[in-house]
Amino acid sequence: MENLISIGVRSIFIDNMIFAYFLGMCSYLAISKKVKTAFGLGVAVIFVLGVTIPINWLIQNYVLKEGAMAWLGADFSSVDLNFLQFIVFISVIAAVVQLTEMAIEKFSPALYGTLGIFLPLIAVNCSILGGALFMVGRPYNLAEATVYGFGSGIGWMLAIVALAGVREKMKYSNVPAPLRGLGITFILVGLMSLGFLSFMGFAL
Amino acid sequence: MSTAVAEVVEKKSEPLFSKKNRKLVSNPLDIDNPITVQVLGICSALAVTTQMKPALVMAIALTVVTASSNVIISIMRNTIPSRIRIIVQLAVVSLWVILVDQLLKAYVYDVWKQLSVFVGLIITNCIVMGRLEAFAMGNKPFPSLLDGLGNGFGYGIILLIVAFFRELFGGGAIFGFKVFEAIGFHYKGNGLMLLPAGACIIVGVIIWVQRTLNGYRETH
Repeated sequence: MENLISIGVRSIFIDNMIFAYFLGMCSYLAISKKVKTAFGLGVAVIFVLGVTIPINWLIQNYVLKEGAMAWLGADFSSVDLNFLQFIVFISVIAAVVQLTEMAIEKFSPALYGTLGIFLPLIAVNCSILGGALFMVGRPYNLAEATVYGFGSGIGWMLAIVALAGVREKMKYSNVPAPLRGLGITFILVGLMSLGFLSFMGFAL
Repeated sequence: MSTAVAEVVEKKSEPLFSKKNRKLVSNPLDIDNPITVQVLGICSALAVTTQMKPALVMAIALTVVTASSNVIISIMRNTIPSRIRIIVQLAVVSLWVILVDQLLKAYVYDVWKQLSVFVGLIITNCIVMGRLEAFAMGNKPFPSLLDGLGNGFGYGIILLIVAFFRELFGGGAIFGFKVFEAIGFHYKGNGLMLLPAGACIIVGVIIWVQRTLNGYRETH
């Protein structure tokens, strides 16, 4: 249990998807102009990360890993399908995103109204595939992988909502014209990333 | 008769390197740059640029993947149903990325180790997907090839500029060659340059300089 809390806190603050690994920057920069939309996208990312990482964990450990198919019989015990990792993971992500979109559309039209436009975008958000690939490199079990998925999503949402808040206020400041928009946003992200560095060294 | 027809056809088709086609390659280098103007492919641009060598390998890998998947999607563009086009595009892109990944693993293992997940993340690199959606789905294979190459080069240029400053000021070296020590000057690396924060600030400044020079402005 302590272990799970530690992984959760690590993935939210210390190994933050944005500030430590720069994953999902494209949508992070494009959709952080308003707090409300940023929050909607953040919730969608949490959900998709939290669902796809455990699924990809199961696939990695029962199908792709070297010797993972031993449960099918002795003939399969030496099969190594690791080279298929990318294409399998991205298919799982695209499929989950598509299914989620259809399920939300059917059961909660109100939520679909807020999240609908963001969901297709999430399939190509690097933080989802990046999370799956990081998960493979670390010795997590299923519960830890799930916590890691949700934690990374929460960290991503915190980052995008914080940036959107700052950018809403930026409208009232007098930025040099060539730096306006993208330029100042990059420098802001750099400064926020410095701030998040202060979490380094925290251990539970 | 047949020669006359051939001549008419030849007149209609434009030369291989017409002005329009050259623009496809040169525009992404400056006024239509994928990173600083289109805001695509930022993740890897920031993450692999602590040194010049991985940045160069990453730029080459991305150029190969963008150009070749642009060509394939462009050839198939009339047969892809629009509802499932994203997953078709992802499948084509991941095919190329798997090939590039295995090649890098076989020939430049140390750089592959350094790039870690970022080779795999070319699949979800917005430049690749963005060019497929915006260009290859509506254009012929040859212009698509040029467009892919141009955007790959535009990405590579920014990557190399960022990596140049980060490696020079962060580690005092260029391509692993200790510049400051070679001219007999003791330089202690600036740790900020190697941190994620340093990369963001350098890209911000590059955008600032570029927009001051070419006059591009954003309202907000």
